[in-house]
Amino acid sequence: MLKTTPLNALHREAGARMVDFGGWDMPVHYGSQLEEHHAVRRDAGIFDVSHMRVVDLEGPGAREFLRFALANDVARLAVPGKALYSCMLNDEGGVVDDLIAYFFRDDFFRLVVNAGTAEGDIQWLHSLNALAGHKVAIKPREDLAMVAVQGPNAREKFWRAFDETKPATEALVAFQGARMGDDIMVARTGYTGEDGFEVVFPAAEAETIWKRVVAQGVRPCGLGARDTLRLEAGMNLYGQDMDAAISPLDAGLAWTVDLKAPRPFFGRKALEARGKKREFLGLVLGDKGGVLRAHQKVAAEGGEGEVTSGTFSPTLNVSIALARLPLGTAPGATVRVAIRDKELAARVVKPPFVRNGKALI
Amino acid sequence: MNIPKELKYTQSHEWARSEADGTVSVGITDHAQEQLGDIVFVEAPKAGRKVAVGEAVGVVESVKAASDIYAPVAGEIVAGNDALADAPEKVNADAYGCWMFRIKPDNPADLAKLLDAAAYEKVASE
Repeated sequence: MLKTTPLNALHREAGARMVDFGGWDMPVHYGSQLEEHHAVRRDAGIFDVSHMRVVDLEGPGAREFLRFALANDVARLAVPGKALYSCMLNDEGGVVDDLIAYFFRDDFFRLVVNAGTAEGDIQWLHSLNALAGHKVAIKPREDLAMVAVQGPNAREKFWRAFDETKPATEALVAFQGARMGDDIMVARTGYTGEDGFEVVFPAAEAETIWKRVVAQGVRPCGLGARDTLRLEAGMNLYGQDMDAAISPLDAGLAWTVDLKAPRPFFGRKALEARGKKREFLGLVLGDKGGVLRAHQKVAAEGGEGEVTSGTFSPTLNVSIALARLPLGTAPGATVRVAIRDKELAARVVKPPFVRNGKALI
Repeated sequence: MNIPKELKYTQSHEWARSEADGTVSVGITDHAQEQLGDIVFVEAPKAGRKVAVGEAVGVVESVKAASDIYAPVAGEIVAGNDALADAPEKVNADAYGCWMFRIKPDNPADLAKLLDAAAYEKVASE
């Protein structure tokens, strides 16, 4: 039995093609994945991301607890509502999950974690809480739903739908959220490489909120477009670009691991002992002959690599990928990718491929 | 579902049409293009290739997946539609107007063994 979000009936009414996404019945597109992708790059789109889980951490020591639990350092979050992206590591330095942590008060932080890993994450947080002797209350918020409104016109259109939120959200900078009451949060975050908001609210209000945003000319977008947008934006997908066996250093996430302070976060020792073993870079397919896809083998000068995420880029009109490559492989190099019976040339680039509607490669 | 009566079909979602010159045109069905989503790459086979029935002879890739195209009958490929390589999205717009290759059957009677529209409709609704 697949899990459903509070917007399931609306998706079906809108004629969405539904797929099993990690145990959730989710829309992959509402007709054309390409047009949804372009809507977000050029105007505005809305995504149902209610399958992701909000987890609130409350009580004295919440900050200290997260300084132990996360590889990035929440000590750098000083302004209320500010957020950071981080990995949670296991005792081998592999990635348990990647998440966003919001700071509201020293005794109140909010995490937003991936759908497929949510249950495991909550167990993991409980065990770290016990291990570190903290008494932080860990509260999964299954009563909340979440949408992402993304694109160059996303904020303007969202404000037209909900002008009462404008005073509290107008001054938000990237990676900052505002809470309105206990149950509503508007954050200037996303997974598309465009400006916009992620909005968290009580599940019972999901249909009303969705309809009001769509009525402003915001296009419903499925998880298909979400995937091509995030890949163009050079953002990792958990379970594909990294997982429990992969270190963040080998997944292009060294920038999210804060080793400056002598802070004994979980997984640090293993991570430092292990070191960086692979480059994590982008590929652009030069030859015609197919589409880059996850698990394709890559032949590079220094040895073999593997595509971790690949797709056709609707913005660039070429196939692009994220790939784990031999140490020392650098942007500018040419590699060969095995696609069916062919070996096709691809250029190594530094992601992202696209940001704010502009090609970067 | 858009399944023209005058065409023949395969279990693997190709359509086949007898041409006046004795060759058979082959493409993918409207149902297949809809399942695949936005098509971004088509690779048609080269003329002159001898193929067995059910042999993978071409490839269609959408944004989300790759799918082989199979020969509906044994024979010789007499033409591949290379124009689709530059306009793969046409397959989404008009699946039955986009032949991917033409094949000269070893045995013209083989075509009669394929599914008719009614039988294919059952396959496509599964």
